[in-house]
Amino acid sequence: MVQGVGKIEGRSLWQISWIRLKRDKVALAGGAVVLLLILVATFAPLICKIIGVTPNDFHQDLIDPSLQTPIGKWNGISADHPFGIEPVNGRDIFARIVYGARISLLIAFLATLLSVGIGTVAGVVAGYFGGWVDSLISRLMDIFLAFPLVLFALALVGAVPDQLLGLKGDSLRVALIVFIIGFFSWPYIGRIIRGQTLSLREREFVDAARSLGARRPYILFTELLPNLIAPILVYATLLIPTNVLFEAGLSYLGVGVRPPTASWGDMLSIAANWYQVAPLYMVPPGLAIFITVLAFNLFGDGLRDALDPRSR
Amino acid sequence: MTTTDTDSTAAKSPTGEELLSVTGLVKHFPIRRGVLQRQTGAVQAVDGLDFTVTKGETFSLVGESGCGKTTTGRLLTRLLEPTAGKIVFEGRDITHMSEGKIRPLRKDVQMIFQDPYGSLNPRHTVGKIVGAPYKLQHVKTEGGTKKAVQELLELVGLSPEHYNRYPHEFSGGQRQRIGIARTLALRPKLIVADEPVSALDVSIQAQVVNLLEDLQNEFDLTYVMIAHDLSVVRHVSDRVAVMYLGKIVEIADRVDLYETPMHPYTLALLSAVPIPDTKRRARQERIRLQGDVPSPINPPPACRFHTRCWKAQDICKTVEPPLLQLAPGHQTACHFPENQPGGDAPKTGTAG
Repeated sequence: MVQGVGKIEGRSLWQISWIRLKRDKVALAGGAVVLLLILVATFAPLICKIIGVTPNDFHQDLIDPSLQTPIGKWNGISADHPFGIEPVNGRDIFARIVYGARISLLIAFLATLLSVGIGTVAGVVAGYFGGWVDSLISRLMDIFLAFPLVLFALALVGAVPDQLLGLKGDSLRVALIVFIIGFFSWPYIGRIIRGQTLSLREREFVDAARSLGARRPYILFTELLPNLIAPILVYATLLIPTNVLFEAGLSYLGVGVRPPTASWGDMLSIAANWYQVAPLYMVPPGLAIFITVLAFNLFGDGLRDALDPRSR
Repeated sequence: MTTTDTDSTAAKSPTGEELLSVTGLVKHFPIRRGVLQRQTGAVQAVDGLDFTVTKGETFSLVGESGCGKTTTGRLLTRLLEPTAGKIVFEGRDITHMSEGKIRPLRKDVQMIFQDPYGSLNPRHTVGKIVGAPYKLQHVKTEGGTKKAVQELLELVGLSPEHYNRYPHEFSGGQRQRIGIARTLALRPKLIVADEPVSALDVSIQAQVVNLLEDLQNEFDLTYVMIAHDLSVVRHVSDRVAVMYLGKIVEIADRVDLYETPMHPYTLALLSAVPIPDTKRRARQERIRLQGDVPSPINPPPACRFHTRCWKAQDICKTVEPPLLQLAPGHQTACHFPENQPGGDAPKTGTAG
């Protein structure tokens, strides 16, 4: 039939997807920004040290005592303070944005990990086993989706003591927010994975494995899961920006990390009080959120196009 | 519901030993409605089949879409569990055997699937796909699995170099060869081929059919071939069973079936095969069946073909015709069969 000419190298679907992704310049740009953000968050102390700024030190000498706003134009931008300083206490905005990226990304990543973990297991189990298991999990998803999440977050954060399970302060707050976001947004990915599993389960290669005597774990992990990794990856990438926004929203409402720890949502909430005298203060945190969400979305969209299971 | 048991082995071919025997095989898929999932009906996909398959032969199941032939194939490989009836393979009753008990037997009964695009996992290499049987059945081969897989690839007409490639890099015909290689890995005794060529181009169909025949001669395989293409069936089969709405209406040797069909449905099916000869075509009368195949949820009583049969009389609506041997090796379930050896008189029920 087909004669092998020299060495035949097989290209896996992953390699093909990578080639396709490399051609998508917009997605690559998004990916580069995502990478940059991760680096900034990881090396926040180092970056601030090099620039010579700190996130929590007051600079009252740079504040106009009568107006409580920074002296000079554009939030008091200067060589010492590249993005200017806050009204009232004069903390450096650049440092707070850089440190804010840590909180934002940490919470977004951990919450996504949690919801993808729960969602994948629940979706695969519901889709593969079907029957009453499927009914039970699907109804559970409906209940979770109907939950008034923001109200629950407000109530829970108010009710939780200062110390819990050996955690306190910021780490307790981060854990709490990760739990709230992650534990209540798994049905979104769960439904997608359930649908994918349902359609994969009926494919003939699953029957082929069964007719060879494959057990359930083999079918789940060796036959089904490799086909589910692409959608999981895509929806995880698209879930991260949603979680960034959610975290910012919770911080804005005052249930995020506690001051003085910097977070973008908290900065926006302060800026909202000063928009008449210092309108430019809301620009840096707003832009940071905007760029992060946009970059993740563009990268996620590109990833989806590259991994599209319909194109063989 | 089921036809008489007495005739189940009557058509057994005189030569060769029996490999598979099916008695009164039934598969109903329940239809459930409402919150409580109460059963409101059943799709009677397969409703009482009796046949035997002897070692080394090719036994074909033909019929139009929805007549239950694919379900039958899945019952024989025990991908589905029968609702009733009995499947005996090599003297062992596998009808309700548990998954754990049947696992070692799966080596002996393998399946070729219809859709060469769906039957290979797109994320696995050819090596992994064809090597899976060895891994799943813990079979050790001389020289390792890789060598065995490469030999199999050569056997089905592919290059051993294809070991590391992925299914999406192959054409439909090549994919079907990969599927056949996987099927052959464990040297099965019985292969259930579910429309093995119907998804392929006509030019490729012949190649794959010939490959299946060569493999049969080389490895002494027994095939249960499920098909709807009567010319393919004529080419490959030793014996043919015609199915209509979950029942077998006629079983016969290939030559008998094509030359002296007895059941009106078989006659109608055969008359629909195009003849590439204008002179002969003019002589043959095309039988056009009226209406559609009735729903298997609520099939007609007694003879299921009576709603579309031009010979139907009152008895066809009240008494189900049993599958009887009317000529040597030729069974038909009809009250008024065609081409009878003893003239066209109505049958009275004496099995041959």
